[in-house]
Amino acid sequence: MDTFLQQVINGLTAGSVYAVVALGYTMVYGIIQLINFAHGEVVMIGAMVAFTVINALAPAGLPPLAVVLIGGACAIPVCVLVGYSMERLAYRPLRHAPRLAPLITAIGVSIILQHLALLIWSRNVLAFPQIIPSRTYMIAGAAISSIQIAILAICFALMAGLAVLVYRTRLGTAMRATAQNPQVAGLMGIDINRVIAATFVIGAALGAVAGVLFGTYYGLAQYTMGSILGLKAFSAAVLGGIGNIPGAMLGGVLLGIVEALGAGYIGDLTNLCSYDTLAPRIEACAGGGNFVLFGSNYQDVFAFIVLILVLVFRPSGLLGERVGDRA
Amino acid sequence: MKKTRLAVSLLAAALAMAGCSKEAPKTEAKKADAGKAASALAAEVKIGHVGPLTGGIAHLGKDNENGARLAVEEANAAGIKIDGKEVKFTFVAEDDQADPKVGTTVAQKLVDAKVAGVVGHLNSGTSIPASPIYNQAGIPVISGSATNPKLTEQGFKNQFRVVGRDDQQGPAIASYLASAKKPKLVAVIDDATAYGEGIANEVEKTLKAANIKVLPREKGTDKTTDWKAVLTKLRGRNPDAVFYGGMDATGGPLMKQGRELGMKAVFSFGDGACTDKMKELAGDAAEGLLCSQAGIPPQAASKKFLDAYKKKFNSDPLLYAPFTYDAVFLLIEAMKKADSSDPKKYLAELQKISYTGATGQIAFDEKGDRKDAEMTIFTMKGGKIEPIAVIKSGKTVTYDEFVKTMGK
Repeated sequence: MDTFLQQVINGLTAGSVYAVVALGYTMVYGIIQLINFAHGEVVMIGAMVAFTVINALAPAGLPPLAVVLIGGACAIPVCVLVGYSMERLAYRPLRHAPRLAPLITAIGVSIILQHLALLIWSRNVLAFPQIIPSRTYMIAGAAISSIQIAILAICFALMAGLAVLVYRTRLGTAMRATAQNPQVAGLMGIDINRVIAATFVIGAALGAVAGVLFGTYYGLAQYTMGSILGLKAFSAAVLGGIGNIPGAMLGGVLLGIVEALGAGYIGDLTNLCSYDTLAPRIEACAGGGNFVLFGSNYQDVFAFIVLILVLVFRPSGLLGERVGDRA
Repeated sequence: MKKTRLAVSLLAAALAMAGCSKEAPKTEAKKADAGKAASALAAEVKIGHVGPLTGGIAHLGKDNENGARLAVEEANAAGIKIDGKEVKFTFVAEDDQADPKVGTTVAQKLVDAKVAGVVGHLNSGTSIPASPIYNQAGIPVISGSATNPKLTEQGFKNQFRVVGRDDQQGPAIASYLASAKKPKLVAVIDDATAYGEGIANEVEKTLKAANIKVLPREKGTDKTTDWKAVLTKLRGRNPDAVFYGGMDATGGPLMKQGRELGMKAVFSFGDGACTDKMKELAGDAAEGLLCSQAGIPPQAASKKFLDAYKKKFNSDPLLYAPFTYDAVFLLIEAMKKADSSDPKKYLAELQKISYTGATGQIAFDEKGDRKDAEMTIFTMKGGKIEPIAVIKSGKTVTYDEFVKTMGK
């Protein structure tokens, strides 16, 4: 039981980071129906900038928490700048182009950002300075570290903050209006360009925070980290229903848990020697041996199995796609 | 750039084919001329060295080269006589950029330059493709650092190495783990690469032979950053030790997350994760890990070598310099025994040589691997990996004792 609980805690932590990243995908999709594949790279740049700042400040003798906060505070404006220029330079000129054009542009932007990071930060795995003392608490036999608690708290606070922003403020109303019908929203006096830019900026800021959290949690950053993280977050967004903000949150958390449980139990479930009917027929089982079909190295596959299942059985996601009426 | 390289290697290949029959007399004549010009009395014997002198591991390539260069200079100072004539050894250093393609090109270059023997290459990845070229030319090659078993499994009589093999490393770390930590249950994890799986298999085999229970193999990939699912599962089984076959970039997070989950097991690794980088990646959690490396740490080499190296290069050897130093002397020793610098004649002597060098007693088995090659076990102490034991022919000696027996 404690193993199960532990897997859920691990999944919840990873899942809440996925959720924050997934928000960046879903917000942009909701408003301009573009899957911004470069969003994963924004997360990576957030982690990289935070790494540089934390690394520079670590020996200065400041309190560790302050150093990490400064790192995050530097990562946000850089990512916001990247997100804004991405929208302004790459996507806005293509706003009325066929949908395939901005999609391919997004892939191009992703490649450019990745290689820019390669030039700046080298291809090596960068080790985040381990400055925050991590304390581990035991809850019913499951360990949860102070960093995990912080990640959960920050992610859920961000999600709540975003929900308030979207459903309770003028900017949020403008965003929802633009999502429903950009032309009519424009006629009602909403500056569409500003609203779309704001969407990218908010998504990038969330991505920056996710990058810093990811970096400090796993203790490393690399220029390629954005692609797999981005794909998983994208799957999470689709799982919840792309374009749907609560859906992205739910999808991220669920995906994290599915992944953790899947990786944790697939090895045992596909160990053919544990089945009495099969064991005598497999040579490798003799004398307490094992014959495992799929090991935990298939962890990353679960996100994509989920993606495929959703697309096959419920294409609009768990909470349903919520994009403007096109009647 | 690629095109030029291709052209160069094609040209080299063409030359190699032609060189067997027609080119040989010409170059020999040239060599004789050069020999006359250099010194009328001394016979010139060329010894080649190959290692990466540019690129990411250039510092290690330079270190290897320094070791070999020091040996050549010492041999020249000693005034060695072969076939009645005093010999002047010329050192030909080449750069293979740690690139297999460049490796074959410079190998051909050395063959064309009629070197009597070659020390190198540094990497297994460059040594293996270069080896057929040396084999065809019949030139003895001794690597001081290539540990991939395949190098000496190709059946080339002229291929040697003075460092241990990867498949000796798994048994070494496993037997140390078994004897020093006495675990009852061990979890073995690998990164699903050829290297990681290979070393993990060897470890599992050795542990099982020692009657230690091993859990079903867990796997990640060489890009895995989140090991928590695997570790959580393992924690439920409560193993006394964990072995991971993989590199430091994935091994560091593995160990860090294991400790975060409250695992008390001993973590052990192969040479891929036997670096100071583990401390950076895992933080304080890295303390106490066990890991193995082929060969012996340079500071355990003979004092005579260490002093000479320090005097000449004004720094300490980094990694494999004692091995390349010994490799050069092995070539020279075999030439002395055969009383000839002709590769065909002295090769037989090299195969049955017995020589005590900076890294201890050296003899080769029938494959060209070093007999009873040492493996060193390290532990992480105060953020640095430190040698704690040396394993030689199945026997474990503490590092301090080993250093004493090296004879100062």
